[in-house]
Amino acid sequence: MAEFFSGFLLPLIIMVLKILAITVPLLVAVAFMTYAERKIMGAMQLRQGPSLVGPFGLLQPFADGLKLFAKEQILPEGANRVVFYIAPMITFFLALVAWAVIPFDYGVVLSNINVGVLYLFAISSLGVYGIVMAGWASNSRYAFLGALRSAAQMVSYEVSMGLIIISVLLCVGSLNLTAIVHAQEKVWFAIPLFPMFIMFFISALAETNRSPFDLPEGESELVAGFMVEYSSAPFALFFLGEYANMILMSAMTSILFLGGWLSPLPFAPFTWVPGIVWFALKIAACLFTFVWVRATMPRYRYDQLMRLGWKVFLPFSLFWVVLTAGVLVTFGWLPK
Amino acid sequence: MSTPLIIEYLPILVFLLIGIALAVVMVGASYIISPKNPDAEKVSPYECGFEPFEDARTKFDVRFYLVSILFIIFDLEVAFLFPWAIALGDIGLFGFWSMMLFLGILTIGFIYEWKKGALEWE
Repeated sequence: MAEFFSGFLLPLIIMVLKILAITVPLLVAVAFMTYAERKIMGAMQLRQGPSLVGPFGLLQPFADGLKLFAKEQILPEGANRVVFYIAPMITFFLALVAWAVIPFDYGVVLSNINVGVLYLFAISSLGVYGIVMAGWASNSRYAFLGALRSAAQMVSYEVSMGLIIISVLLCVGSLNLTAIVHAQEKVWFAIPLFPMFIMFFISALAETNRSPFDLPEGESELVAGFMVEYSSAPFALFFLGEYANMILMSAMTSILFLGGWLSPLPFAPFTWVPGIVWFALKIAACLFTFVWVRATMPRYRYDQLMRLGWKVFLPFSLFWVVLTAGVLVTFGWLPK
Repeated sequence: MSTPLIIEYLPILVFLLIGIALAVVMVGASYIISPKNPDAEKVSPYECGFEPFEDARTKFDVRFYLVSILFIIFDLEVAFLFPWAIALGDIGLFGFWSMMLFLGILTIGFIYEWKKGALEWE
C-alpha cells in the first residue's frame, strides 16, 4: 500500500497540482486580459472602460463570466447536437494543453519534451477543428461562412508561421523550448531575425483571428462568424479558448524571439528579478500590442488578407529560411 | 534527462484529461443551473430580417478547397524542413544543397500557381 502510494499516487497528485498551478493562473489571466483589453481600448478612445463592479471595475470579468454561465443554452434546430457541444470543448482544452511544454523559468516546465516546438505547432494547428466543427454543426449560414473563412485564414498563415519557426530552429539546432531560450543568452533572436519577429507577430494575430484579421467574426457582415449560434457556457468556452490562445501566442513570441525568461540585460539589478517575472512582462507587452493593434488598425478585406498571407509572407519567409541557412553554413556558425 | 522519453509525455496526457473534464464540467454545470424555455423563434438559425428558408450546408466557393490543397503542399514542405533545420550542422554542405534543390523545385511550382492565378481572390 505504501509502495503504491509513494510510487504511483504521490507523483500523480504532484502532477495534478502542477497542472492546476498552470491552469488556474491561466484562466485568471484570461479574465484579466478581457478586463485589460476593455480598459486599454477605453483609454485609447477617451472612455473609461468598465469601472463599476469592484474597485476600478476589477471584478467585471468575473461578473460577466458568472452571468454567461447562468444563461440559457440554446441548441438551434437542425444543429448536430453532439458536434455542436464538442466544438467549443475542443477549442478550450487545446488552448489549455498547449501550455504543458511552455518553460516559465529555467526548469519550471510541466513536460520538458525534446520536440516542444513541434508539439506547440501541432496543437495550434488542431485549433482549426473546433472552428470548422462549430460552423458546420450550427447549420446557420453566417456560422458556416465564418468557419470557412476562419479555417482558410488560419491554414494560410500557419504555413508562413512554420517557415518562421524553421528560421529560428536553424539558429538553435534543437526543438526543445528550453534550449531555444538558452540559445538566446548572447542576443535575442528578435534582433538578428527582426523581419521574422514582426512577421511572426502578424501571423499570430491572423492565427488567433484578431483584429485587423478578425474577418471570421467581422460583425458588419457575418455578425459573429462561427460563434453566431452559441450562447451561455459553450460560448464562454470559445471565448476562454480564444483568449488563452492569444496568451499562448504571446508566450511563443517571447520564447522564440524575446529570450523567454532571460533578463534583457545580463547584469546585476536585472538578474535579481526572477525569470518568471521577465517572462510574464514579455507576455504582457505582447498582449498589450495585440490590444493596441485592435484599437488602431481598420479591418482587412478578405482578398487583401489572402494576398498578404500567400504572396507576401510565404515567399518572404521562405527566402529568409534560405538566407539564414546560407549565412549559417557559409560562416560555419551552425550550432552543433 | 535520465527518465525514459515516454514518461515526459505522461503529464501531457493527464493535462489533456483534466482539460476535457474541465470543459465538460463547465458546460454540464451551466446546463443544469441555466433556465430552459426554448420556443420556435429562439431555436431557429439566425438570419437577418427573414425566415431561413433552406439548409445552410450547401455549395460553397471552390477557392476554399484550393487553399486547403495549397496548405497541404506547403505544410508538408515545412514538415520536411523541421528535421533538416535541426540536423544541418551534421549534414553539412551536401545536406544544404539537397534542400536548396528541393526548395527550388517547390518554388517553380509556386511561381506556376501564382501565374495561373490560383492565389487570386476577388
